[in-house]
Amino acid sequence: MADIITGLLIISASTAFLALLLEIADRFLADYGEKTIRINEEKEFVVKGGSTLLSTLGQNKIFLPSACGGKGTCGLCKVKVPNGGGPVLPTETPHLTVDEMMQHVRISCQLKVKEDLDVEIPEELFAIKEYRVRVERVDLLSPEMKYFHFKILAPEEGLVFKAGQYVQLEVPPSELSKEPQFRAYSIASPPYEHETMGLIITKVPGGVVSTYVHDYLQVGDELIARGPFGEFCLRESEKDMLMIATGSGLAPIRSMLHKIYREGAKRKITLFFGDKKPEDLIYYDELHEFDKTHPSFTYIPTLSRTTEEDTWDGEKGRVTDLIRKYIPDNSGIEVYICGVPAMVQSCNDLLLQKGIPQENICFDKFE
Amino acid sequence: MENLNPGTLFFAAIFTNNILLTNFLGLCPYLNMSRNIRSAFGLGAAVVFVMTCTTVINHLVYYRVLVPLHLEHFQYIVFIIVIAAFVQLVEMVVERYFPALYFVLGIFLPLITVNCAILGASLFMIIREYTLTQSLAYGAGSGIGWLLAITLVGAMREKIQKSGMLPKGLEGPGITLIITGILSLAFIAFSGMIQIQ
Repeated sequence: MADIITGLLIISASTAFLALLLEIADRFLADYGEKTIRINEEKEFVVKGGSTLLSTLGQNKIFLPSACGGKGTCGLCKVKVPNGGGPVLPTETPHLTVDEMMQHVRISCQLKVKEDLDVEIPEELFAIKEYRVRVERVDLLSPEMKYFHFKILAPEEGLVFKAGQYVQLEVPPSELSKEPQFRAYSIASPPYEHETMGLIITKVPGGVVSTYVHDYLQVGDELIARGPFGEFCLRESEKDMLMIATGSGLAPIRSMLHKIYREGAKRKITLFFGDKKPEDLIYYDELHEFDKTHPSFTYIPTLSRTTEEDTWDGEKGRVTDLIRKYIPDNSGIEVYICGVPAMVQSCNDLLLQKGIPQENICFDKFE
Repeated sequence: MENLNPGTLFFAAIFTNNILLTNFLGLCPYLNMSRNIRSAFGLGAAVVFVMTCTTVINHLVYYRVLVPLHLEHFQYIVFIIVIAAFVQLVEMVVERYFPALYFVLGIFLPLITVNCAILGASLFMIIREYTLTQSLAYGAGSGIGWLLAITLVGAMREKIQKSGMLPKGLEGPGITLIITGILSLAFIAFSGMIQIQ
């Protein structure tokens, strides 16, 4: 017994010693002193070097779009860095085209501020704000999905966004993560409601943010959200529309539908919604109601994993089966797809085969 | 293994007892990073460096700390912790003082912490009772052997990709494993030449 205890103590002590060594090294080696970041050749910030450009800009209230939370997987946080920054890192190259590299575009969550930098940031990104939001209501949509209704507490003018855009929701440190974490979620509420914001969040196994909001977040809690980001928006046109969504990919589509029908548009709209089981059909009643009251709207849900016990007499299979069944070749429609990358990709390929040009297909991939 | 010449051991670790092609250690980063020569060589170089240093450090830790305290059974945990801490430290130093080297090795260093070939080299050196000099030779040789194997395959995969004539089911890991099998047959054929254990 004594052996085990001394063994454990010695192992713990040596681990602690190594951790201490690393902490000391971090203090001395990762301290790059104060560096200057010049933005669009006008504003200058003096910042503490050593962190990534994305987080350094965030500390100075400039928020770049990012869906993965700075892990270098989404490639959305691109900025132009004409001076400074060193060569493009191997972690950046998968997200950059040759043209972008020539124009000094960088992935800001990978680039660390180790020297003075010049950064070019598009003017519209300055419109991105930080919002203080409070949970007003939580609806259970399906076993894994919840709808979170937030009230915008600050700033006063509320959230101004286009249907289809997303926000980054930040959750505070908890036992899941020592640091605040953020993830991107599309806004599911209509764009004409500025004082409130609704997000549909699927619980991802092991996901820090989704687990936090599902299991820890209470009505009345306050969080931080930044946005709006994204270019998955309705286009000005009179073409017939096809909307395709799976799972929580319905969120931006729902926001778009509310906007379209409030403005009384007469465009013909078809919505394909796919999920696994009957209980996954979120907003079934609402969409069904839309279908009944608007003759121009058709709602076709499909289920991929029904069993004998399910009393489901609707479509079975995947959304791609619906495309094959309902969409004729060379139809001049405009398509909006939102959901997991594999689904988006296979729908996109199928629609291209059906003779729909790429410029008429918009999509948003949920990683 | 007192009488084994470190020079011979070094040679044996590279060619006749290649850690990747005869012991099949470190296969996951090998399959993933051997898509082209550039990244294969980057990762290989990082492995050479880390393997050489960690075998020496772990040799000292084992015989100076664990043996006197009778804690040999903790060698797995201790070796892993030492490797992880060492890699972290090296990454910080390289990032700060050798930007050019960081650019080549940068992202590969953290990957190495979980490379089983690194831990394998440390454990083999204990099992085979190498001396400090022999461990240095064995660590460096194994690292270079790993670099050699991944660079070879990286070069082949690059050529294959350009020729673009593969059946679909064989693309990527499929053909890589077949190539590795053939290569390792060639290497294993020489494995009896030098006895290193």
